Amino acid sequence: MGRVILHCDANSFYASCELVYRPALRGQPMAVCGSTEERHGIVLAATREAKKWGVKTAMVNWEAKLVCPDLITIPPDYGRYIYFSRRLRDIYEQYTDRVEPFGLDECWLDFSDETTTLTDGVLLAKTLRNRVKEELGLTLSIGVSFNKPYAKLGSDLKKPDATTLISPGNYRNVVWPLPVDSLIGVGERMRRKLAARYVLTIGDLAAQSPRAMHAWMGKMGVILQRYAAGEDSTPVMRTVDEPEVKSIGNSITAPQDMYTIHDAYCVMYVLADSVGARLREAGMRGKCISVSVRDVDMRCYGAQKSVEYFTAQAEEIVPIAMRILNMKGFDTLLPYRSLGLSVGSLELNTKPMQMDLLGDAARRDRLARLHEAVDSIHTRFGERAIERGLALANPLYNTIIPRVEHVVHPVGFLR
Amino acid sequence: MKERFAEKIYIGVLAVTQPDGSIVPLRLIWPDGRNWEIDRVLDVRPGVARKAGGEGVRYLCRISGHERELWYAHGQWFVEGGEVKE
Repeated sequence: MGRVILHCDANSFYASCELVYRPALRGQPMAVCGSTEERHGIVLAATREAKKWGVKTAMVNWEAKLVCPDLITIPPDYGRYIYFSRRLRDIYEQYTDRVEPFGLDECWLDFSDETTTLTDGVLLAKTLRNRVKEELGLTLSIGVSFNKPYAKLGSDLKKPDATTLISPGNYRNVVWPLPVDSLIGVGERMRRKLAARYVLTIGDLAAQSPRAMHAWMGKMGVILQRYAAGEDSTPVMRTVDEPEVKSIGNSITAPQDMYTIHDAYCVMYVLADSVGARLREAGMRGKCISVSVRDVDMRCYGAQKSVEYFTAQAEEIVPIAMRILNMKGFDTLLPYRSLGLSVGSLELNTKPMQMDLLGDAARRDRLARLHEAVDSIHTRFGERAIERGLALANPLYNTIIPRVEHVVHPVGFLR
Repeated sequence: MKERFAEKIYIGVLAVTQPDGSIVPLRLIWPDGRNWEIDRVLDVRPGVARKAGGEGVRYLCRISGHERELWYAHGQWFVEGGEVKE
């Protein structure tokens, strides 16, 4: 039998979660908006009624109010959405262990085996939709197909609360006439690039030869052509209960090579602040510190070290990272072109912490609380609102954007 | 179709927790103190309270000959009250 893959998309996810708790708002134009008090909040999700008025995701709040004056706005409650997302996955996992989440509201499910057909997939989709409606009060749109990109596409075609089948028999009629940017992986930039060569529909893209695509845009081109042609065979990742992220890291090519170990120290702080902030944001901490160095001849070296305690704070990460540099003789490789830092062996920071007998627990606790405060200042007033004194001491430091802006979005689909 | 709403009423429940972790409600205690014995639990499954809002574990129970729904969610019990007219 061929593959049977479902892509389940919870419709207007944030807004629908809120409606479960506020039935009085059902049937009214409502939107979940970020930071409503501030002027730059944006629409994160809108109900169907709001969408009818022209309210769109990512619209600025006042813009949304302009197109729909009666719009009711609600601040987001991420805890609630994570809870619903977890409950959705619990339901999916009762049917298959091959569940791959894509953001909070989307999942691929793989039902392929010797006997399951696409028709069975459609029936399963109906069962899932009914259960989710009964148990969670949410509606799903589900795409059923023989590969992941088509399943994803299918879930976008009919909304809400619908199933779309894309089979080997109908994909040429259903998928190929669609504009090429309906395909996962094709964004606005790629659409324009393709349009320049009159590749306008998914069918156009499918008709390209892989070799020409490779010559044109490299590996990415070949992947997209396979997506379009329905030949993608990437597996649906099995669910694992461990944290999905194995490590969090960053690397920087400094605007100017690092000539001294002190330069490296400064850049290391930039990295550690960024990595630390991302760890804390993910609610995690780690105990394996890895450092990588690239010298001016583009040679790459790396080493790692495990410490006894878990950490997410730059002040604790940097000394270890610097010790690695010294111990491994990386200081002889100066000048460096780029530096990388990552923290692995992660655990959730809600776990109870093993206090060491001689370690300075009070100091560490103070440090953690300090970072909490600094993080919240950064979130509210921007990255430049509060900086390390080190930023003033070394101009090299100051030209680098400390924390790479990471908007919350689904994990990259293309690896 | 006109949507129907109901008041969400949080109630007290006397219940027993089984060794397997499942919870069996025995007696329902209204906010004013009146209480009723739950004769039988007819059905237990996750479910939404469509009229009052909220979701959780939905217990379909027989209480003095009537079938009533109870929800257990995030450590609290609630029922749907009478329908509120728009």
